[in-house]
This record gives sequence, C-alpha cells and structure tokens, in this order.
Amino acid sequence: MNLEISNLVQRFGETTVLDGLELRTGDVRSLVLVGPSGGGKSTLLRILAGLDVPVAGSVVFDGEPLSRDESSLRAYRRTVGTVFQAYNLFPHLTAMDNLLLPLVHVHGLSEPEARARVREPLERFGLANHAHKRPAELSGGQKQRIAILRAFVVQPKRMFLDEPTSALDPEMTAEVLEMIGELQGLGTQFVLVTHEMGFARRAADLVAFVGDGRMLATGTPGEIIDRCDVPRVRSFFARILP
Amino acid sequence: MPRWLAHMIVVVLFAALIALAFARVDYAWNWAGVWGYRQKLLQGFGVTIALSLASLIASTLVGMLTALLLGSKHVLLEAIGRVYVELIRGTPLLVQLLIGFYVVASAIGLENRYVVGVLVLSLFSGAYMSEIFRGGLAAIPQTQRDSARAIGLTPWQSFRLVIVPQAVRLVLPAVAGQFVSLIKDSSLLSVIAVSEFTLAAQEVNSFTYSTLETYLPLAAGYLLLTLPLSAVSRMLERRYRYEA
Repeated sequence: MNLEISNLVQRFGETTVLDGLELRTGDVRSLVLVGPSGGGKSTLLRILAGLDVPVAGSVVFDGEPLSRDESSLRAYRRTVGTVFQAYNLFPHLTAMDNLLLPLVHVHGLSEPEARARVREPLERFGLANHAHKRPAELSGGQKQRIAILRAFVVQPKRMFLDEPTSALDPEMTAEVLEMIGELQGLGTQFVLVTHEMGFARRAADLVAFVGDGRMLATGTPGEIIDRCDVPRVRSFFARILP
Repeated sequence: MPRWLAHMIVVVLFAALIALAFARVDYAWNWAGVWGYRQKLLQGFGVTIALSLASLIASTLVGMLTALLLGSKHVLLEAIGRVYVELIRGTPLLVQLLIGFYVVASAIGLENRYVVGVLVLSLFSGAYMSEIFRGGLAAIPQTQRDSARAIGLTPWQSFRLVIVPQAVRLVLPAVAGQFVSLIKDSSLLSVIAVSEFTLAAQEVNSFTYSTLETYLPLAAGYLLLTLPLSAVSRMLERRYRYEA
C-alpha cells in the first residue's frame, strides 16, 4: 500500500487531536504507528479505517482519496478490516455467527458459502473448537483472534488494528501477535497501532511515530526505535524500553 | 431445597395466613349466589383477555414508535415524544379514559367504547413502554455501534442485527412487568362501561351483595393471566442470557 496523508486535522470540541499531520509511506506492506497515549494514533487509525471524518486534510491510499461522505465511506469500510482494542465481537452471537455476519449481510455470501469460507482459517488458527461459544465464554486472546479473523475472512485490501493486544496479558498478547504475524505471512497488508516494540521491530516495513497530533518521525524500525535523533522520540523509547 | 418447593411452602403459608384472617372475621359465605352468575363473570374474563391482548400488541407498537421519537436527533420529533410521555405518565389513567371517551372520541365520532378503551390503554401503557425501550437501546455501548460500522453494516442493519437483539434481553423483565400492569389496568375500563372482568364482578356484587365471593374470583382471574406472563418472561430471560 502507498499512503499519503496531507495536513490532517482532527478536533473534538475544543481539543485538537491531530494538528496538520503529514505522512508519505512509499510502497510498504505494513505500517506500525507508535507514540505516547493521547498523541493521536488511534484518532489517525479511525480516520484511515473510514470510521471518522477529519476536520481538514486528505488521505490517499494507493492513489485513491478517502471520501468524506458516509455512504462512500461505508463502501470503503467494506473493503478493509478493522479491529479495536476490545469489545469487537457481538456478545449475543456465537463466535461462528460473529464471523458469518459480515460475510452474509455485507458481502452477500449465502450461509453455506460463508461457512465454507471460515472453515479453513478457523482450523489454521486453532479456533475451530471455540466457534460455537459466545464471546463471554472465550478468553481475551480468543476473542481478539476471532475479531481479527472476522476482519480477515472478508478478504480485505488491508487491515487496521488499533492496539489489539493492550487489553491482554502477556501470554494472550503473544498468541494474538503470532496470528497477526501469520496473516502478514499470507500477504495481508496492515496498519497497526501498538506498544509492542518487539513486534514492531519484526513486522513493520515502516514505523511512524505520532505525538502531539503530528508525525514526529518515520523510518525503519531500527531508525525510529534505536537511532532516532528527534528528542521527543528518543525520550519516549528511553522510558519504555528496558 | 429446590426452588419450586420453596415457592410452594411460601404460597401455603401465605394462604394459611389469609384463611386465618377470614376465619376471624366470621364471614357468612354465600358462594351459591355468585355461582348463578358465573356465565357473566366468564364473559367478562373473556373480554378482559381480548382487551389485554389487543392492548399488549398496540402498546408495544406505540412504545417502539415513541422510543424512536425520544431518540430522534430532530428536536421537534423528540419534543413530541417527550411531551406525550410526560403528559401520560403524569396523569391518572382514570382521567385519560374519561377525557378520551367522553371528549376526544365523541369529538371525532368514535363510538365503540371497546376500541376507545384499547386505544387509551395502549397510549397509556405505550408511554411507559417507550421509556423502557429507549433505556434499553441507550444501554448498548457505543463500541457495539462502532464494530457494526467497522464491518460495513448500514445503520438499519446495525439496529436490526446488533442493537435490537441485545436491547431485547435488557428490556425483557421490565416489559413483562409493564404487561402485568397493563392487564390489571384494563380493569379501569369499567368506568367507560366496557363490560370487562371487573365491571362484571361489580354488577354481580350489586345483584348478590356477596362482595368477597365476587372479588376473590376476580383476583384469581387476574392472577391466572399475569402469572403465566411472568413465567414466560423468566423463560425468555434464561434463553437470552449471556454475559456481555
């Protein structure tokens, strides 16, 4: 994917969350957004995922600008997959029905077609035995993996993952990251917001550091995490890395 | 101890207490007089069932529509819903029935008191129902709407497939309670001379002067309708149970 963001501004009431953010990724397969909490990462991701409309600025994916009108944005959202930090799944539906819902009601598959589509991925990610369960009966990691699978089985152009592991304990975090890595191996492109720097190192083609509503630095994982000379970025990693 | 046994024991104890009270007032029972009018009571019971059923359906529809008004972003629509709900909930059903029948229905030439009764009762109960529905819809967290949007559902699909099924579970107990109230409130239709169960009992009482012998079966008749409703509600609650 090739992402170009120009002068992106987002405000909520009086608060300016994104303040003229710029980004040119070049051709990358995976973009990881890092930075301090409240710096604007999630706000940026929601705009990229077509969930919110910015106050000003433009976002262009592979030469196609994101629309500002809700029905085209909905059409856009149907071509991508989005996973939030938590509470992705619909609690009244089983894991299987959560997976089938978008396939049947958004992408027009018949129920047998949809079931056939999800069978192999469920097996591959070790979730087949949990498909009949409601979210309340699943662990946090299983819930997130079902949520990621739900976004994946619609065969999205790219996936947006907003801190998908930050509500999980280390073991579950590992299982979710492992799954994301495997999806990457299958050719899935993604934009990921995370605090897991180890994963960012392994998986990111490009790391972008978002702080104070701006893009403070972009580069390879090494350039940003280890060798960045921007003081704000350097002090951030000095605090969080062991 | 199993739950049903506990219920039985409490019912028996309660019945014994009531029986004791009746024994002390030394009441001269006259069931024979009332038995002669059983047909009239049964007819009234049938009318109450029919009125209640019609009002249950109509008040649910009224409640749903009004809940949409209350949740509307359009200020005028929201105002209509709000004024209606507060006006109805803040005034006695008795007054609403009298004004509804003798003033409003007369003015528009609606003479069938059964129809008027069902309409007034449905508008009355619908006001309460709307607040239950509105609360249920509002209780579904924003994250659910977000997830629904993220997978590309339209607002209507999100409402139908995500919001409503979860809200139903939340409102079920309150709706069942409202249905029970509605059935009992239908007894007030006697004031506009609808020959329902309570009016039948009042008439039988005025013929026989056997107050307790007519009103005890009246109470039993209402219980006969409301208890199964509670049971069905509990059954549905169990079926819809899942932790959020």
